[in-house]
Amino acid sequence: MTLLAFDWALLIEKLVLIAVIVFGSLGIALYTTFAERKVAAVLQDRPGPNRAGPFGLFQPFADGLKLIMKEEIIPNTSNKVLFILGPGLAMTAALMTCAVIPWSSHVELFDRKIELQIADINIGILYVFGVVSMGVYGIMIGGWASNNKFSLMAALRGASQAISYELAMGLSLIAVLMLSGSLSLKSIVGEQMADGSLWNIAYQPLGFFIFFICALAECNRTPFDLPEAENELNFGYHQEYSSMKLGFYLFAEYVNMIMSSAVMACLYFGGYDIPFLDESTLAPNIAALLGVGALLTKIVIFIFIFMWIRWTIPRFRYDQLMNLGWKTMIPLALANMLITGAVILWKAGA
Amino acid sequence: MSITQIMFFFLSALAVFSAIMVLVSRNPVHSVLWLIAVFFAISGHYILLNAQFLAIVNLIVYAGAIMVLFLFVIMLMNLNKESEPNKHIWMKLAGAISGGCFLMVMVSLVRQAADFQGKEALVGTGDIGLIKNLGKALFSNYVVPFEISSVLFLSAMVGAVVIGKKE
Repeated sequence: MTLLAFDWALLIEKLVLIAVIVFGSLGIALYTTFAERKVAAVLQDRPGPNRAGPFGLFQPFADGLKLIMKEEIIPNTSNKVLFILGPGLAMTAALMTCAVIPWSSHVELFDRKIELQIADINIGILYVFGVVSMGVYGIMIGGWASNNKFSLMAALRGASQAISYELAMGLSLIAVLMLSGSLSLKSIVGEQMADGSLWNIAYQPLGFFIFFICALAECNRTPFDLPEAENELNFGYHQEYSSMKLGFYLFAEYVNMIMSSAVMACLYFGGYDIPFLDESTLAPNIAALLGVGALLTKIVIFIFIFMWIRWTIPRFRYDQLMNLGWKTMIPLALANMLITGAVILWKAGA
Repeated sequence: MSITQIMFFFLSALAVFSAIMVLVSRNPVHSVLWLIAVFFAISGHYILLNAQFLAIVNLIVYAGAIMVLFLFVIMLMNLNKESEPNKHIWMKLAGAISGGCFLMVMVSLVRQAADFQGKEALVGTGDIGLIKNLGKALFSNYVVPFEISSVLFLSAMVGAVVIGKKE
């Protein structure tokens, strides 16, 4: 009987890791909603949420409880299965990205070497792109199933925006891949951690700039939050949603923010690398924990920048958005790719 | 049965079931969504063959880009009112017979093709589907067809832009 003959300890290890990472991301996303309101408050010179608990720290739980307790309304004319599938897809796609992100090096526990990454696959970063392109379906299905013309328009906007910016994102990514010669996020991080090598941001400032702008657009964040432009489309593609299904859509945006921050940190800012410190001199477990801390710090900084931008820059008009994507970002990314390739060839020849 | 076999039968059943659902769904949007399920099942088969790159590119290109455009068109054309014209019974019968004949030809072709005789699928051990080997093969042995197909894509893009311009 060879059925199910495999390493059960590995299965348990991975399941625990998945649970920790998924619930950890959800927890961070919970407090990102709180941080968003606090940052907005600071930037607009007002106190922000401060009633629930000390400094308003219980606010996200109060919000969550409110969303769950609200009446769940499914429009009569909607397509019920797809209406429920939409937010689920958005959330699933947002969370699936975490599978290939290397959260740190390895820890040694119970005589086992446990990699702090769910799966180090050969095609790591392409997997992220695949999952991101699935996220579009969450928006489109939700918008269409609502059977409301504003929702549909917003969904189409969101999908075409995501597709347009995915192109420039992929092109700017190619330059990083030319430097690292690998698609696996773990080896991209390892390359930046090696002695004498700088983080990719030092070689790819323009590439990072393009990637960052595209990440803003992919997460539907201001100044690219056209799908939820209230004054044109009422409330955007989730207009007909209520209760926790609305919560899923809003929450997926925050999870997306965390994941894109993590990907940017891995690609351009050395992932779990701590600057000016040689991790190999530390005990592996301590180095791993410090690494997680370093990656989380980088993620928090990126999330703060996302929020900072949201509360300072007004929204683009739709034609400006498309012009920026197709006529500025893609040519810039192509030029960046050409220059990187030329420099690599020149250095290889010299 | 090993896990690989279980996965193979599961994915095959999923692919066939979803493909049938594409055809029998009344609502075109449902058809598109079932077609995406087919692509997922086929990508699963690629992963069983250790062709990770093909699997993910299949998802990004077909499920992620082309199917989104399909959905765009269907949603904007407002085909969602289950108003498909009822075809005559003879038309349906003729379609079923000709489709069945085509299936038979394809199956016998695959069964008897010399390329497939005595070959075994490299389950989990093949490495041609990994990006390194695939890239090397494409840019050395197959560089001319590869470049020709890229020119073909370019001309299709130019054609689309020309058609898109109203003047």
